[in-house]
Amino acid sequence: MFKWFLKKKEEPQEKAEEESGLFQRLKDQIARTRESFVKQVDRLFLGKKEIDADLLDSLEEILITADLGVSTATELIERIREKVKRKELSDAFALKNYLREEILTLLRSPQKEGEEITASPFVILVIGVNGTGKTTTIGKLAHRFKGLGQNVMLVAADTFRAAAIEQLEIWSKRAGADLIKQKSGSDPSAVVYDALEAAQSRKTDVMIIDTAGRLHTKVNLMEELKKVQRVIQKKMPGAPHEILLVLDATTGQNAISQAKLFNSAVGITGMVLTKLDGTAKGGVVVGISNELKIPIRFIGIGEKMEDLREFDPDAFVSALFD
Amino acid sequence: MFESLTERLDRIFKKLRGYGKLTEQNIQDGLREVRLALLEADVNYKVVKDFVNTVHERAVGQEVLDSLTPGQQLIKIVHEELTALMGGQKQDINFSGKWPVSIMLVGLQGSGKTTTAGKLALHLRGKGRRPYLVPADIYRPAAIEQLQKLANDLDMPAYPSVPDMKPLDICQRAMILAREKAYDTVIIDTAGRLHIDTVLMDELKGIEAAIDPSEIILVADAMTGQDAVNIAEKFNQTLGLTGIILTKMDGDARGGAALSIKAVTQKPIKFVGVGEKLDALEPFYPDRMASRILGMGDVLTLIEKAQATFDAKKAVELEKKIRKESFTLEDFRDQLQQIKKMGTLEQIIGMIPGLNKIKSLQGLRPDESELVRIEAIINSMTRVERRNYTIINGSRRRRIAQGSGTSVQDVNKLLKNFVHMQKMMKRLKKGGLRNIQNLFSG
Repeated sequence: MFKWFLKKKEEPQEKAEEESGLFQRLKDQIARTRESFVKQVDRLFLGKKEIDADLLDSLEEILITADLGVSTATELIERIREKVKRKELSDAFALKNYLREEILTLLRSPQKEGEEITASPFVILVIGVNGTGKTTTIGKLAHRFKGLGQNVMLVAADTFRAAAIEQLEIWSKRAGADLIKQKSGSDPSAVVYDALEAAQSRKTDVMIIDTAGRLHTKVNLMEELKKVQRVIQKKMPGAPHEILLVLDATTGQNAISQAKLFNSAVGITGMVLTKLDGTAKGGVVVGISNELKIPIRFIGIGEKMEDLREFDPDAFVSALFD
Repeated sequence: MFESLTERLDRIFKKLRGYGKLTEQNIQDGLREVRLALLEADVNYKVVKDFVNTVHERAVGQEVLDSLTPGQQLIKIVHEELTALMGGQKQDINFSGKWPVSIMLVGLQGSGKTTTAGKLALHLRGKGRRPYLVPADIYRPAAIEQLQKLANDLDMPAYPSVPDMKPLDICQRAMILAREKAYDTVIIDTAGRLHIDTVLMDELKGIEAAIDPSEIILVADAMTGQDAVNIAEKFNQTLGLTGIILTKMDGDARGGAALSIKAVTQKPIKFVGVGEKLDALEPFYPDRMASRILGMGDVLTLIEKAQATFDAKKAVELEKKIRKESFTLEDFRDQLQQIKKMGTLEQIIGMIPGLNKIKSLQGLRPDESELVRIEAIINSMTRVERRNYTIINGSRRRRIAQGSGTSVQDVNKLLKNFVHMQKMMKRLKKGGLRNIQNLFSG
């Protein structure tokens, strides 16, 4: 039922259509990334046949500027260096292809196939630091689930930030989803508990919980999140079925720290990368995929309700390189 | 804030200290590490390159080679260059220009403009201004409500915008209203937008042209990566920024964006956001921040905070008590209450020089709720017990535990820590920080 978190294999026709649309959109949206990244790479390889230290240094610069991070960039460069040493890579063109394949592998490895989930309600907990776009992503997710004919309930468990509840309420109306809310300042665990009760009696298909933005280093707020998780687990064993970490693509290497600390607190099952419609970014995804082996489920590429896409490593890297 | 970079440079310079004299090769090693550390901290690649070159130029000269303590000399150069890069003296809001003074907050989505608008309003009211908050974000759902709620919490006026008004109209009408009601400082919260969104960037240009603001401040997330340079550059080109506010500095982001943004815009970083509460806005001190990066601690900020929150009279009394060694649990509770006013324990520890180097304190995340528990335990004691902890026997401990909703173990732990603390104070009296370090390592 929820296989479309992954690829929709059962509907090849529709998929192809969506893919090409997505492909084009993605290409347009990250055109700038491509320009800055691929053009630089091309410029680098232009007129160069031999692989030398200068070339590798410039390559490192490009990778780091794309936010891949020092360790991932160094790792990739080292592998290339090894290959060159063993004469497995000799010309600049082969190097480019190799790099493309390597990044693709890093991105693809954690995208594991999930088993079909029949739980009802299917509970999704959405977490992240302040300002990454949790609420907007939830609005988009709700729209997506509604489009698939599901009963969707949104839960306003961000009781801290001013007008966070109102923000989610507007999205729930736009998407045509139910909303469970309490007063601002009330205990998020209590809100979630009541919502689960309501969802169970209303036969809700999908329940999406919006939590307050919190910096991953704030012990108390992370404890609050763990409590929310405990309450859900107690009320409905096996839930939450999906814990989505929302990451801002503009974020640099701190995204890795965010992913690590949220993961150790509640165990992330997937990530959403938002604001990919800006300039020169996406590189941090490679670092995170490589380091944490958590799949990236969706990407956000705009402010409209439809601007949420499944993360497709192939399309992503293709749009980056082709 | 910058701890990770601090630790990194600490380690490098510890290595450097090992050499009697710096050779060209040593400097290269040190600078290579500086470069990596800065890159890991998300400082833009080109900014790092320039920075390292500048330091190198200065370092290979006689300054370093002839110095008696070459490591220190290099730290000094790196520190000075970092300070220079982050820019001159601290700067407050500019109040010159057309009356009423207006301040535009601009930036990407989710950088923290609305929260910052509230914080800025509170800060300016503290300086005797009469701020008027103007919600001009008609796009994000409930953005207007958010600012209006903040205004309400602060008991401050806000313009009653509605989503179907045009941002330009909102701003112009708000300026007229501000003039009528004698609000002297108008703070405009604009919608978050991508720097490449030409339509929305033009909207900002229109507002700027119409109201001629004294300040156009870019609100930027301290966690921003390499793209910080592009964002800052584009906003600066389009609008002519007058300053920067860096938000979410209370996380573990290394904050390289601060260096990058400053380097490309050459505009001062005026404030930093250090928490979700509305008073969590601090001035940006480039020199102190550089000290922080280099592991010298942020002593001045701590002193200033202590001055603002500590009751001077109580401090004198406390000092007397420490001298007389009559520090009681009552005083301890007073201390806790004062500390709570100064900020979170993590912030305070980060500001004390040397403390971030002590091994046993590294990775320590003080639990704020522990403070609440300690206070509860002390509150459950009788006055006599507080003044003389030695009379607290088993049955008293049980009663205190029950009264405070804790366990006897918790009470024991507190008493043990208190005795430890008394010892520490005696040592502190005798010989400063070195003794504290011994206490922790011992």
